[in-house]
Amino acid sequence: MPARDRPTSPHLQIYRWQIGNSLSILHRLTGIALAFGLLALCFWLMALAGGEGPYALVARAFASPLGRIGLSGWTFAFLFHLLNGVRHLFWDAGMGFERTQRHTSGWFAALGALGLTLCIWVFIWRSGS
Amino acid sequence: MSLRSPMGRVLGLGSAKEGTAHWWGQRVSAVALIPLTLWFAISLFMLPALDYGTVRAWLSVPLSSLFAVLLVAVLTYHSYLGTTVVIEDYVHSAGSKLLSLMLLRFLYVVVAGAGILAILRVAFGS
Repeated sequence: MPARDRPTSPHLQIYRWQIGNSLSILHRLTGIALAFGLLALCFWLMALAGGEGPYALVARAFASPLGRIGLSGWTFAFLFHLLNGVRHLFWDAGMGFERTQRHTSGWFAALGALGLTLCIWVFIWRSGS
Repeated sequence: MSLRSPMGRVLGLGSAKEGTAHWWGQRVSAVALIPLTLWFAISLFMLPALDYGTVRAWLSVPLSSLFAVLLVAVLTYHSYLGTTVVIEDYVHSAGSKLLSLMLLRFLYVVVAGAGILAILRVAFGS
């Protein structure tokens, strides 16, 4: 087949920045972050199987300031990917396409994830662990 | 005259070279991950402490081990499908695309294998 210049879809710079494309990009970014989270999860499981020493080492790494930043980042990434993922599943079922529904569910996913992340980490911080 | 059916001739053509299997696998694993991830997060949250003894005792309960193995397996599958699309979207040359997709697949198999082996070691107390 000869190589031809076929029409391509409009690229990123064509779009006006708005909630729809922002959350779509955020969904992909949080997905990538969660792939690294899977790596960390398996690392943690390996430490748990490895014994008391390795577990203490990994637990200390997670409890360090950098570790806490990572964990709270993954908390947000997980909650947003979960809520926005449910939003996508509703779309796949043919529901929630109206403009106001899209906007409401989008803000719900973004702010819900942010709010829940804050609640969880304030709780952890207050319980002092 | 070709003996191939019209369907046989078109399968695998088109820019995606495949049908809806990838898309559908992503949805099914997404649905499965809702209870699995929530179970994991809430279970850890409900533990009195996250020290070695407590976490090990929790994970060696058969039901916990089962769900944890399923979590790692389904998470790996879902994450693999997702990051595959990311590479397909952004790595343009055919050679490096093939290579990075292959490396990605190897990496996921290693990570999932190590994670599941770790859970089994805790479950069987070795």
